[in-house]
Amino acid sequence: MKRPENLAFRLGTGLFGLVLVLLVAAIGLELVRQSWLSIEKFGLSFWRTQVWDPVAGQFGALPFIWGTLYSSILALAIAAPIALGIAVFISELTPSRVKPVLVFLTELLAAIPSIVYGLWGIFVLVPAVRSLESAFPDALKALPFFSGPPFGLGMLSAALILAVMVVPFTSSVAREVLKAVPLAQREGAYALGATRFEAITAALYYARTGIIGAILLGFGRALGETMAVTMVIGNSPKLSLSLFAPQHTMAAVLANEFSEADTPLYLNALIEIGLVLFVITLIVNSLSRLLIWSMARPARQQAAATSVPAAESAI
Amino acid sequence: MTTRARRRKLVSSLFVGFCGASVLLALVPLAFILFFVVTQGVQSLSVDFFTHMPAPVGEAGGGMANAIVGSLILVGLGALFAVPIGILSGIYMSEYAGTRFASIVRFAADTLNGVPSIVVGVFVYGVAVLPFKQFSALAGGLALGIMMIPIIARTTEELLLLVPGTMREGALALGATHARAVFTVVVPAALPGIITGLVLAVARIAGETAPLLFTSLNNRFFTTNLTQPMSSLTVQVYTYASSPYQDWHRQAWAGALVLVFIVLACSLVARVATRKLVTLSSH
Repeated sequence: MKRPENLAFRLGTGLFGLVLVLLVAAIGLELVRQSWLSIEKFGLSFWRTQVWDPVAGQFGALPFIWGTLYSSILALAIAAPIALGIAVFISELTPSRVKPVLVFLTELLAAIPSIVYGLWGIFVLVPAVRSLESAFPDALKALPFFSGPPFGLGMLSAALILAVMVVPFTSSVAREVLKAVPLAQREGAYALGATRFEAITAALYYARTGIIGAILLGFGRALGETMAVTMVIGNSPKLSLSLFAPQHTMAAVLANEFSEADTPLYLNALIEIGLVLFVITLIVNSLSRLLIWSMARPARQQAAATSVPAAESAI
Repeated sequence: MTTRARRRKLVSSLFVGFCGASVLLALVPLAFILFFVVTQGVQSLSVDFFTHMPAPVGEAGGGMANAIVGSLILVGLGALFAVPIGILSGIYMSEYAGTRFASIVRFAADTLNGVPSIVVGVFVYGVAVLPFKQFSALAGGLALGIMMIPIIARTTEELLLLVPGTMREGALALGATHARAVFTVVVPAALPGIITGLVLAVARIAGETAPLLFTSLNNRFFTTNLTQPMSSLTVQVYTYASSPYQDWHRQAWAGALVLVFIVLACSLVARVATRKLVTLSSH
């Protein structure tokens, strides 16, 4: 039975849904439109030029793309094992009464504003990293990863602070994904005499696509993180492998130079960096959602089929 | 016990130890940050902080009255903009869950959620600052609103899906239109949860700095004029933290303490509310 009121309801609420879709499209289009000068002038060379010299009108995004990817990859290298450890500990090894407490505490990490991380980074983490860098053995300083003077402000501080900020995101998704692993699978493993390690790695292996999705989600967060990073990374657009070197990221250069951009080309180049950041995070996030969904959907569909009959069938 | 069995047990215990250590490893920075924010912040926090305007460079004291009011206004504007869009699109996603367009909207919401906050700032600069050649509180509110929409939409959707289908069917069987069934039966049942989602969204948005940097900018003076630049706690903390003055650093810590307090209070309220909700629905 079709009623016109119901059609109106569907269209009315659907219109607000459309707003979300249009917003995403508008962000992409607007970024392209506002950076057109720079896109036209530099073309693809924008992506691989190392020089960023606003005074000379030279704009290349490579140092920022490098800094963003390098800091995020380092951060995930630290954060991913820890986040998985937390997810396993909470979902597999903790008695159910302690669980909510641990979940709450780890999620507090995600609730602390980025600016507070940055403030703590400047006044507490950076001095600590500086003394760590000074105390580094000379033999290791010969390596390209640890070369240069110990500023404290630089890649290492940025990677550490990003790692802390990303852990709660990856661990909470990893926990969800582990929930989607059938209980029978673990019970079966234990029944065969598996140790905890063996049973849990089997579960992790079963959930591998979702776990990769969880790590990618953290990666997407790290890519776009702005305030905390710009406050500790040193903001210097120079490509370097060194963890001690001050570097720059895409988000950081936007936060720093946007209000100083005094020529249209400068502003357009900055907005194009925003566009690049938008496109990269879009790809990473979509991929991560896809992996997480493909993992969590079978379980969710089963639950939905039993508890929530679709509204469609009722009309 | 054979050596093989012993080795398996050892590996397993090491693994369990590693997992426990990861939890500790994550809680150490949390404790460190909270410790510093509280100890440093409390020293500089006073009644003046809430009632006075920023002091000029070199003068001790002063407060962030303008920034606190500014933050409230900006978050309020954001919520005003995001709540209707978020809730109604959430209703669409849950009521027409199986349709293709609902999946598209869901994908858009998740995409929007993943857009870096600084990029949202750049976008709003292009649509709401450049055309008027004026930084404004309205632009800042718009940026915060855009960030709130996906959070509200997704929580609304998930909570509406928790409402038993029989309630909706009952209303429809009594001859209610779909809209009436949703607004008088389904939404009220999920309302505490939706409000919890709102509180969480506010908590997350109140701590945002990046989208405000070049939309609402900052303002040394007190203003409630929405077409003028407006100060906010977060941008003010950033300005003070990156300045070379000791006095301003102290103010920044006090600002950070206020921010953390707001966020923690909201999270706790939300947590207690959800626990109540869960116990209700299990009856």
